Amino acid sequence: MTDALVNVTDLHSHYGLSHVLHGVSLDIKRGETVALMGRNGMGKTTLIKCLMGLVPATSGSIRFRGQDIKSLATHVLARRGIAYVPEGRGIFKNLSVKENLLLAARPGFEGRMEWTYDRVLDSFPRLKERLIYGGQQLSGGEQQMLSIGRALLTNPDLLILDEATEGLAPLIAQDIWSIIGIVKRSGISTLIVDKNFKALSKISNRSVVMVKGGVVFDDSPSKLIEQPKELKSWLGI
Amino acid sequence: MDAATVLIQAMNGIQYGLLLFLVASGLTLIFGIMGVINIAHGSFYMIGAYLAWSLMGWVGSFWIGLIVGVTVALLLGLVLEWLFIRFLYDRDHLQQVLVTYGLILIFSELRSMIWGDDVHSVPIPELLSGSIQLTENLAYPIYRLWLSGVCIVIAILMFLGIQHTRLGMMIRAGESDREMTKSLGINIGLVYRFIFALGVSLAAFSGMISAPISSVFPGMGSQVLIVSFVVVVIGGLGSIKGAMIAALLVGLIDTFGKVIHLDIFGVNIFPEMSGMSIFALMALILMLRPQGLFGREH
Repeated sequence: MTDALVNVTDLHSHYGLSHVLHGVSLDIKRGETVALMGRNGMGKTTLIKCLMGLVPATSGSIRFRGQDIKSLATHVLARRGIAYVPEGRGIFKNLSVKENLLLAARPGFEGRMEWTYDRVLDSFPRLKERLIYGGQQLSGGEQQMLSIGRALLTNPDLLILDEATEGLAPLIAQDIWSIIGIVKRSGISTLIVDKNFKALSKISNRSVVMVKGGVVFDDSPSKLIEQPKELKSWLGI
Repeated sequence: MDAATVLIQAMNGIQYGLLLFLVASGLTLIFGIMGVINIAHGSFYMIGAYLAWSLMGWVGSFWIGLIVGVTVALLLGLVLEWLFIRFLYDRDHLQQVLVTYGLILIFSELRSMIWGDDVHSVPIPELLSGSIQLTENLAYPIYRLWLSGVCIVIAILMFLGIQHTRLGMMIRAGESDREMTKSLGINIGLVYRFIFALGVSLAAFSGMISAPISSVFPGMGSQVLIVSFVVVVIGGLGSIKGAMIAALLVGLIDTFGKVIHLDIFGVNIFPEMSGMSIFALMALILMLRPQGLFGREH
């Protein structure tokens, strides 16, 4: 067995009548940070939702730690060690910040407890000042910190961030990138979608580009930057 | 009306309102959290009352009957959720109404087969059979006081449970974002099954404890269902707090509507037209606040 945490092989998925994923293959190694890029509507979110069990895969396989997880329920996947920070953050508006965190707290796969409530609050001091606030009273940046902190409290092996810094002011976005850096150093594998090509390339070990439901590039970020023509047609930059 | 009559009627109104709350809270929880319109909810009330009657004859004790009945209702709720309701979460309201209407017909037929179509009565348990003397010539039955007390305790437990327990957090989280709740490793299906069973037990429990003060009859389920829907609409769909306020309002208005005498231009508004009063209230609320007193705007 390789040291791959995730193996996606020839994955297809349909949204109603439209064929969204056309045979996606993707591996994520342990501790690796993978950037998932592509224009809107190319299938990034669908791929993520397949990994999370929120959208059914029609064919192909998804393996996690070598085990087939394609037909498992979302809550089972979460308990196996996949955590999700969705586009739009997914904060529970009718729960306080503290409750948002406590609800998620659980030992990870094989009982690991690296991320505790206290450690998350130490890593996100902003949240500490907002514990009794309702989820809807937070700013966008605080919501994203809460969403990431909450995901970490499930002690995952893989953290998926969809649109990690979307809609955040540059300074706040910088905070989020440094938090992602902390997550990376703690050894958690991450799959990140974001519009900020530069910041994303800097932090990732690998870049994966999707076009029309398929992977067209899967290599190091430095190799991607060497292809300006493709960058323009794939990503518009 | 003298002060004593007003007091008695107010107590009756509050007691009726509290009982309505128990039934309506299940209805509003199931709608608010799972998005399911369950028109079979009244059937559980009817089943509860018939269970109280038959268990009373069987085991001879109201209290043992109560425990057995609630257990039966809880199991019934778990099985029904697993068999039917769980398939309705992602369906539209018309399909939900059709399936739960089917359940009404099934339960009505089963009731007819098992218990017959006769009207029955359940005696007030001996322990609570007396009255409390309020004034020299006015007494209030202890059983009604006990019933109100039980409803208040359950209401408080429900509020505390939703606000301060882990299960309550899961329920609120699921209400806010179902996908995200699952993504945090919470088996929301199991939470829903439990909530549904809880709603069924609450309705059945209400039927059981109301059996000694009203008769047990075949149409009691649909009667309570309609009033409960009025309560849920007035309070705001999905709001427990709203259900409480609305249930008390409806209970008081319905009770006083039957005893007040009011003629306007020679037309007897009360009590002749009192049957309409709660529906008039609902219409008024719908005009001024379509989402109900404590409902969220959609």
